[in-house]
Amino acid sequence: MTDTILKTAKLETGYDSKPVLQGVDIEVKRSEIVAVIGRNGVGKSTLMKSLIGLLPCKRGELLLEGEPITKLSAHRRARRGIGYVPQGRDVFPRMTVMENLRAGESLGAPSPGIYERMFEFFPILEERRNQRAGTLSGGQQQQLSIARVLIGSPKLVLLDEPSEGIQPSIVQEIARTMVRLNRESGLTVIFVEQNIDMIRAMAHRCYVMDKGRIVTELTPEMLEDRDTVRRYLSV
Amino acid sequence: MAFLSELFAFLYQAGDAFAFLVLAACGLAIVFGMMGVINLAHGEFILCGAYVCATATRLGMPLPLSVLLGALVAGIVGMILERLVIRHLYHRPLDTIVATWGISMIATQGTLIVLGSTLPGTGTPLGSFTLGDYSFSQYRLVLIGTALATLVGLYLLFTRTRFGILARATIQMPHMAQALGINTGLVYSLTFGLGAGLAGLAGGLYAPTMTLVPTMGSAFLVEAFVTVVVGGADIFLGTAPAAAILGVIKAALTSWYGQLAGQIGLLLTAIVVIRVMPRGLSGWLLRERG
Ligand SMILES: Nc1ncnc2c1ncn2[C@@H]1O[C@H](COP(=O)(O)OP(=O)(O)OP(=O)(O)O)[C@@H](O)[C@H]1O
Ligand SMILES: [Mg+2]
Repeated sequence: MTDTILKTAKLETGYDSKPVLQGVDIEVKRSEIVAVIGRNGVGKSTLMKSLIGLLPCKRGELLLEGEPITKLSAHRRARRGIGYVPQGRDVFPRMTVMENLRAGESLGAPSPGIYERMFEFFPILEERRNQRAGTLSGGQQQQLSIARVLIGSPKLVLLDEPSEGIQPSIVQEIARTMVRLNRESGLTVIFVEQNIDMIRAMAHRCYVMDKGRIVTELTPEMLEDRDTVRRYLSV
Repeated sequence: MAFLSELFAFLYQAGDAFAFLVLAACGLAIVFGMMGVINLAHGEFILCGAYVCATATRLGMPLPLSVLLGALVAGIVGMILERLVIRHLYHRPLDTIVATWGISMIATQGTLIVLGSTLPGTGTPLGSFTLGDYSFSQYRLVLIGTALATLVGLYLLFTRTRFGILARATIQMPHMAQALGINTGLVYSLTFGLGAGLAGLAGGLYAPTMTLVPTMGSAFLVEAFVTVVVGGADIFLGTAPAAAILGVIKAALTSWYGQLAGQIGLLLTAIVVIRVMPRGLSGWLLRERG
């Protein structure tokens, strides 16, 4: 049993003949919340997709709790406890809120009381439980997409730009929920973000990406300083 | 009284046509709607169900069980074929059409060579009853009931069961379904098996009513395609209402102008619908609903 939950070694991948990730090395400890930042198009979403397995690795290695999972398909990785919340949320539009949540049970069997807990975190989902997910607002879809993976009690959650196109009050609610889950049950989170308030509210640490590589890491002390974070966000 | 029996006769005809269209088409519609696969071997799964059912009945198995056995065997054959052939062609729709067409010809010719040009039938079960000047087969009423029950069963399967949720998630967003831990490969395999099983069910149910020849699948295939084209990709918003409308059209034309007019009417309806609603009834309904 190691303290490291996820580790990548010289991870390389891309689309068809277009290389994007050019050797990414990250290491995330259990119960950490780590942010990934960088300009548009540097490969942040590509990194998330390769971690969950929607994009196969071309080279390099990926370890989950010390075991190589590089060759595993996305659904096998998910069942090992990785919850993926994509950029753009990707709720199942023609299924109800409740059916979307039930689909999340494939990640892992729902623990007793988990639905009540999700509705406590995101009351709007209970109110809209029988509504089609496609008719929800962006913020509500984001909450649904997050709750959908939490239903399966993952060890590690990957969030890709959770604040994108969402009103500030919901952004705060999501940040508070993730921090609470991290404190109470030791949930590990890796999230891509551009919103400085969300980064500072959630992240313990932060990787800075450029041109398919991790170029710097921001320590907790550096995250304390708003101006430092802003400078790195606008690199 | 004469009017009532006239009316009943028409409803019976329309219901009979509706049942045939629903049972012939629902397997095809599920495989097309859920997987985007145009399965030209659909008729041969019907053939498989019919032959298995007739043989089992001949060997003394009660008809309902024989029908279910036919559906089961067709479903299993379908899953095997999915694994061996269809699975490798998901991103190549044209190749799927060619491959399933090939499978269809091999199955038809294989059946002809191995089992000969015809299989002895078992005769239509149950009797008939008369109303006014007309005589009606009770088995046809059973077929109408079974078609309705099949629709209800499929509706419950896709809305009330775990398989239904996983299947709908997979068709709406395959990559997301996978990322949530859904084994989409297995879902596709089971869905194809379900489509083949429903074809087998149709074959088994109609086996007692027709001559069993190796090419019998094509009679079902044409009408199944017309129904799916008119209905579009959704079985409940598409196939079922399309079968109802087409059933009425076919019954009306058949009773006034004869069998051939009924067939031509179906094809003409399909052509008109493609012009007006390229994605069929359900595509049109879903767009209206937004
Ligand atoms: N499906 C795809 N096919 C081909 N190229 C792609 C695809 N998706 C992304 N790319 C390219 O890969 C590069 C990295 O994209 P990626 O989505 O990982 O960036 P990102 O850092 O998440 O950007 P953003 O901040 O805009 O979300 C970009 O140049 C993009 O154009
Ligand atoms: Mg992105």
